[in-house]
Amino acid sequence: MGERCAVIGVGQTRYTTKRLDVSIAGLVREAAQRALDDAGLTFADIDAVVVGKAPDLFEGVMMPEAYLADALGGAGKPVMRVHTAGSVGGSTALVGASLIQGGVHDRVLVVAFEKQSESNATWALSTHLPFGASLVVGAGGYFAPHIREYMRRSGAPDHIGALVAVKDRRNALKNPYAHLRIPGIDRAMVESTPMLWEPIRYLETCPSSDGACAIVLASEKAVTGTPAWIHGAAMRSEPLARAGRETVSPQAGKDCAADVYRQAGISDPRRDIDVAEVYVPFSWYEPMWLENLGFAPENEGWKLTEAGSTALDGDIPWNPSGGVLSSNPIGASGLIRFAEAALQVRGMAGEHQVEGAATALGHAYGGGAQFFAMWIVSNRKP
Amino acid sequence: MRDVAIVAFAQTTHTGHDAGLTEAEMLHPVIDEVRRATGLSRFGFTCSGSCDYLAGAPFSFVSALDALGAWPPISESHVEMDAAFALYEAWVRLQHGDIDSALVYGFGKSSTGDLREIMTLQLDPYYLAPLGLDQVSYAALQAAALGGDRPDLRAALDEIVRRSRADGRANPHALDLPDPSGEDAEVQPLRPYDVAPITDGAAAVVLAAGDLARELAENPAYIGGIAHRAEPHYLGVRDLSRSPSAADAARAAGVGKAPVDVAELHVQFSHEELILREALELPEDTVINPSGGPLAANPVMAAGLIRLGEAARRILDGRAGRAVAHATSGPCLQQNLVAVLESAPRPQEGAGRG
Repeated sequence: MGERCAVIGVGQTRYTTKRLDVSIAGLVREAAQRALDDAGLTFADIDAVVVGKAPDLFEGVMMPEAYLADALGGAGKPVMRVHTAGSVGGSTALVGASLIQGGVHDRVLVVAFEKQSESNATWALSTHLPFGASLVVGAGGYFAPHIREYMRRSGAPDHIGALVAVKDRRNALKNPYAHLRIPGIDRAMVESTPMLWEPIRYLETCPSSDGACAIVLASEKAVTGTPAWIHGAAMRSEPLARAGRETVSPQAGKDCAADVYRQAGISDPRRDIDVAEVYVPFSWYEPMWLENLGFAPENEGWKLTEAGSTALDGDIPWNPSGGVLSSNPIGASGLIRFAEAALQVRGMAGEHQVEGAATALGHAYGGGAQFFAMWIVSNRKP
Repeated sequence: MRDVAIVAFAQTTHTGHDAGLTEAEMLHPVIDEVRRATGLSRFGFTCSGSCDYLAGAPFSFVSALDALGAWPPISESHVEMDAAFALYEAWVRLQHGDIDSALVYGFGKSSTGDLREIMTLQLDPYYLAPLGLDQVSYAALQAAALGGDRPDLRAALDEIVRRSRADGRANPHALDLPDPSGEDAEVQPLRPYDVAPITDGAAAVVLAAGDLARELAENPAYIGGIAHRAEPHYLGVRDLSRSPSAADAARAAGVGKAPVDVAELHVQFSHEELILREALELPEDTVINPSGGPLAANPVMAAGLIRLGEAARRILDGRAGRAVAHATSGPCLQQNLVAVLESAPRPQEGAGRG
């Protein structure tokens, strides 16, 4: 893992459907400035900038890191751009951390964003002929059969997805940056909403958001303020078109988790991790990832959800921020998970703080559930 | 910094037209070639560079994973930049010390779209892109800033193109382009032949650290230093006749510490060679772009990585002792990456940081 590295600043914008008051540059600058303020630093203290976002078709700006270099204080510095589909926010954090772990830099600014109101998400995520048969179903249509297969295998009752949708939206009410804020949300309300992609109902899916998230990373000697130390960091990818690929619980996710757990010395994630921010864009992905990440035995993840174990007051809170189900600027969604994990172990998560959180998991996935990025952060120095 | 070397390099026989292959089909043979050259089927890290906008569809890098196999799952990342920047990311990852090898690749088909207009979309979407300035037009602004309408400069540009195309004809991977002729302007002061040709192609490089580098290659091309820098995006706030970011990157990489036998520069417009040569302070006797450079074959998103590969190849086969490679991104050389490749590992401490 190389040199020690810590998160010393986190900045987020208030996630919303349309940020008409700012340009793309204004949006990323807002998050970056907040992260620098949190770290007690200025743009001049930064050695390098790493920018992440999902497909450029979302805003219609090709390789926008070139245009955003000015707003992010990148002139005269190395600026890089990461793109690994939905996992990109997590990957961007890992690429930024790598610059410090490799001993190349001492302070790195990592920024991820999406201004989804500039375009149409389903269009921007769909491949077309001649590159592939276009289903024009977007992510929900793609993942719905995987969810249905999980339900068949596990025998999970139909209402588990609604429980996740309610739990995450209630958490969102405690997060001032969350996009969806639905006071009084309950299971009946979720179940009364239209079926979008069977078995996913409207309130079981993530929103389309405008927003940016930024973090400042530091080497041990450059730490200012309150650090969240990185104890494990890993990425894994597997091909989309491999025959026999296990799409419900992908091997790349299992391998990635095993790698970060090994680095961080975690043998039982449910016991050793205090809080997790996990990429759950459709409600059923909570029980599916509980199993994939080793928090529950195969086919039993839904029992943790049903028992309330993943609630803010449960024994292993998942997504106290409200998660992707409550805020989803796609390119930033992974980095928000990583940043929220850091906020928890820094004790700076405000109303959605998990009491005494010392070790946290940040997780992101993307593509056809084939790209994974994860880190483990802690308030203890490794 | 840990010693990391390029130990293998492969590229397609680039074409100036759509050869009917998908990006994954184009990529597969070069991945296969570097796997055979090194005997490695698995790598500690994999990183690639590509651009969705070339195909006009999202996720170009996803189908590339199918070309790789990528099973069991691999530790992998992707930059939406030229693959030279993917090589930089892999070099950084190798500095962690826990892995010894990395696969880097890049690919692009610019034959199927209108590259000049597509590149307009990388400009500031509020103030620059609406002007409709295409890639050749903003390059022409830079050529004009250099004094591109002066007769002596025109002669210099003609010579750059003549030399590049002649070298390209001798390179089996590059296009066969005739000596430059004709006085018509493409966009003043640039002529059609000043512009790198539309090209489809792919390339792959294997990096190895420490003992593995010596095991895999007789003459590993050690990365003595590698660095990149950005400049402001807005053309109006830059002196377009100079490239301070390339100069900074060259200093950080340690270009000037010893003579340079060969330099492979990511020259997509002939006048850029003059700007880069000055920024990198390359000695008079340095051979520039013996491969022909991008003016003889410019597979976008792989062309920068190919500069690293071509520079390394001359060390791998014992023809050069010290080479420089350059890659760029963004309008008018906005971002520049410079690497120094050497036949021997660096003495410890010194160049290469950042």
